[in-house]
Amino acid sequence: MGETKLDLLQGTLDLMVLQTLAAMGAQHGYGIARRIEQASKDEVLLNQGTIYASLVRLQQRGWIAASWGTSDNNRKAKFYSITRSGRKQLARDADHWQRLSDVMGRLFDLSEEGGR
Amino acid sequence: MGALRRALARIFSFIRKPPLDAELEAEIAAHIDLATQENIQRGLSPLEARRQALVRFGGVDLAKDQHREARGIMRLDIFFQDLRYTVRSLSRDRAFTVIAVLLLALGIGANIAVFSVVNNLLLRPLPFPNADRLVWIAPPPTKCGLSCATYSTDAYDEFRTYSRSYQDVTGYFAFSGPGNLDLNLGGAPIPATSIDVVANFFQVLGVQPAMGRLFRPEDANNGAAPVIVISDAWWRRQFNADPNIVGKAFDMNGQQITVIGVLPQTFDFGAVFSPGVKIDALTPLNLYGPPRDYGNIITMIGRLKPGVTLGQAVPDAASAATHMCWNNKQPASCGTYAQKNGEGGVVPVPLKDYISGKLRRSLVVLWSAVGGVLLIACVNLSNLLLARAAARTKEFGMRTALGASRFRIVRQLLTESLVLSGAGAICGLALAAALVAWLRHQQALALPLLSLLHIDGAALGWTVLIAVVAAGLFGLLPGLRMAAGNLQDSLKDSGAGSGQGRKHERLRSILVVTEVALACVLLVGAGLLLRSFIQVLDVDLGFQPQHAAAVNVDYDDSVPNDKDGSLSAARRSVIFQQVIGRISALPGVEAAGISDYLPLGQNRAWGLPFPKGINPPEHLHGSPLVYVITPGYLRAMGTGIHGRDISWDDGPRSQNVVLINRSFAKFLDQYAHWPNHDAVGQIIGRPGQDLHIVGVTDDVHEESSEGEAGWQIYYSAMQSGPNGAQLVVRTTLPPAVLAGTVLRTLRDINPKQAMAEFRPIQSLVDHANSPRQFFMLLAASFAGLGLLLAAIGIYGVISYSVTQRTQEIGIRMALGATMSIVRRSVLAKTLRLALIGIAAGAGVSLLVSRAIAALLFNTAPSDPITFAAMVLLIAAVALLAGYIPARRASRINPMVALRNN
Repeated sequence: MGETKLDLLQGTLDLMVLQTLAAMGAQHGYGIARRIEQASKDEVLLNQGTIYASLVRLQQRGWIAASWGTSDNNRKAKFYSITRSGRKQLARDADHWQRLSDVMGRLFDLSEEGGR
Repeated sequence: MGALRRALARIFSFIRKPPLDAELEAEIAAHIDLATQENIQRGLSPLEARRQALVRFGGVDLAKDQHREARGIMRLDIFFQDLRYTVRSLSRDRAFTVIAVLLLALGIGANIAVFSVVNNLLLRPLPFPNADRLVWIAPPPTKCGLSCATYSTDAYDEFRTYSRSYQDVTGYFAFSGPGNLDLNLGGAPIPATSIDVVANFFQVLGVQPAMGRLFRPEDANNGAAPVIVISDAWWRRQFNADPNIVGKAFDMNGQQITVIGVLPQTFDFGAVFSPGVKIDALTPLNLYGPPRDYGNIITMIGRLKPGVTLGQAVPDAASAATHMCWNNKQPASCGTYAQKNGEGGVVPVPLKDYISGKLRRSLVVLWSAVGGVLLIACVNLSNLLLARAAARTKEFGMRTALGASRFRIVRQLLTESLVLSGAGAICGLALAAALVAWLRHQQALALPLLSLLHIDGAALGWTVLIAVVAAGLFGLLPGLRMAAGNLQDSLKDSGAGSGQGRKHERLRSILVVTEVALACVLLVGAGLLLRSFIQVLDVDLGFQPQHAAAVNVDYDDSVPNDKDGSLSAARRSVIFQQVIGRISALPGVEAAGISDYLPLGQNRAWGLPFPKGINPPEHLHGSPLVYVITPGYLRAMGTGIHGRDISWDDGPRSQNVVLINRSFAKFLDQYAHWPNHDAVGQIIGRPGQDLHIVGVTDDVHEESSEGEAGWQIYYSAMQSGPNGAQLVVRTTLPPAVLAGTVLRTLRDINPKQAMAEFRPIQSLVDHANSPRQFFMLLAASFAGLGLLLAAIGIYGVISYSVTQRTQEIGIRMALGATMSIVRRSVLAKTLRLALIGIAAGAGVSLLVSRAIAALLFNTAPSDPITFAAMVLLIAAVALLAGYIPARRASRINPMVALRNN
């Protein structure tokens, strides 16, 4: 199995999905899952199936929209795209996430200095 | 905004679950397909490509569950799943379901019915606007009956003037007898009952008419056109709910009286103020007409001003009392109300306390009893469910193995309990509705507000509450027990003889012991009430109610220009002699006589006559109740006389004679010290009026069977004016047989005689005893129900244990145990359970019975006979319940028992 994969923090999957859709445009569930795996270089532990719970959550909040379409290789699939309010939400969440990660980064720096 | 949107979306998706599921299915299929194709492109074989795709997806069912949880209302989803499963499994086990629902229906139904009664009498306010402001103004109860609970018109006026706590004070004439209104529609007059009320009566109570108008002050003035307001029930019964009745005049008591209004259905005078007596109509009381000098005739009801408390009203009434005169023309009578009993004779109490306060204790006891019944039903059901759960151990073991959490299983079991108790509650509600409807029509039952009894919103709320509590009570224990079971054990456990089975059995035995104990408490309580009731029936009432009946006689003794009443007395004598002579001559009649009032009905007093020549000491309270009678009345009632009866010669021209009862004679003798303590031949009276005692009678219970007999004095109907005439007939035939002949004879003598009811004297006694009988009957039926439930419980446990031990019993019998040994061992087990329960129950009963001591009559709370009888009864029933499985056990065929299993 090698290195253990990262467990996803609660709520991060939703943000990843939003970001993926914002960056790639309309995409089906499998596409989103693959994209997240690729972007994370297979470092996160993702059961692809869990993506669907996230998708329905986001859809109910009105942050993404869905419609049936045809994939590149002619398979009927449900395509998701980010909505306007979804983009706003993404901006807010990304900002929040950035600040949190900055804080975490500074804290770790601090501990390394103090450790010496 | 987002939250609301999401909540709506969740509910929406819950409702349209199937299409959403189908869509998800398609989406997942697409996902797997896309992944598989990609894997194939990477060079994997199609089979391996699909396998990898599935692995990466990570559990299709898990994803579906997550999806459903995210999008909808998972709990409700599960609940519906549980519900479907419950309905399926319950309909499979039909016998169990029917029994369980039946048990619950009985328990819950009884609870709803009793709650409705309690709610009607204790919890709900009286059916008047701001009813908590209404007070009943009367002295504490005394020896002289209604006459001491009422006030003169003068006193009423003074009280209205001098009290400050009231918006207004009203009252009604307390001495109207039943059948005092003869409605003449052509043919024989129809008797009805009407009460004179002070004109502001309805304003004070806040009653609005259903039709027409109610009284105005001028309706009660001298010379006002006679008007009447009729009850809703009479309007329907007698006038066919005539919508145009207002304004019509009818011949009543020989007078054209105009109906001015119809009372609403919600106001029933009888139900509020004279339980068990039908009041058909109300008429305005002319305070300044003849009743002016009748003495104490008015009961007082007041409406407190807003913000005035009862604590303020009590001293206010006491100070107003000093201004009240019995008769303004007699200065000596002023202030007498203030001194009565030393406690003050004018005391306001909340009207509700006056009406239903006496019943509070009985109702609380009844409520607890019926709660006990429900508890037994719950324990019983818990037991049944445990037995069922034991049989389902494997099922639940399997479900656990397949991934169901313990919580989920407990939830499933609780859902079953809820479904059962819900079904029980619905059936119980139907049962209670029938019971309540039946009760509402028990007009002879002297309980107040009975005609207003119905199942209202509060009762429905109570139903839901007890259904849920009951479900929790009986469902939780088996649920926890099941969930705590060891998975492997339960899958392996084949039931018989293994540890799990034994543990179950112990728990079930504890439950049965609890049931028996509860039933024991109920039975002992009911037994004590039953014994009290028997004691009440045994009371020597001072008259013989059997084989006697009474009928209201109409007569007209008015003589014009009769200065001192002697002419009308003479005329009355002729009429009464004729009536009694004709009636006595009828075949089957043993004795007949007339009195104006009957015992256990209305009463009045005329002050305290004292032995001649002795000055009464100060502060003597009470006065004898007055009965104006003809010769033969006491014999017809079966009241014994020492001395002689009134005779027809005791007329207006001869000396005034009276009979007094033994208690009153004894009381007077304390002051008079009569020779041989014999009152006969002595003279009592007030200054200027001598009353010669010609006889001493037995003590008659005039107010209730239970209370002490008070004082009575009997005057001659030819010397004093009677207030009506009740003809009492003692007969060797059943009274009903005689009714027709007696009425025909009366109508023959007086064509104006109304078609009055021929009432057995026993019915007067029954009426007086009816509240106690009612409570006793209910308590007894609840105890019976409890006993039945306990018996079912015992049967269930013993029967189950016999089934469980079939193999063991088979071995024993194969080793030589005889049928009787097997039977005895099963019965011994039964008896052991029962005895433990009885011992615990008897202990609790000793405490409980002390709490209900106030409801008992001539019965000690620890009455050994009752305790012994009830204990024997439970033991006998328990043995009976155990005998059936014991017999089955003894018939076990060892060969069959050993071969099976």
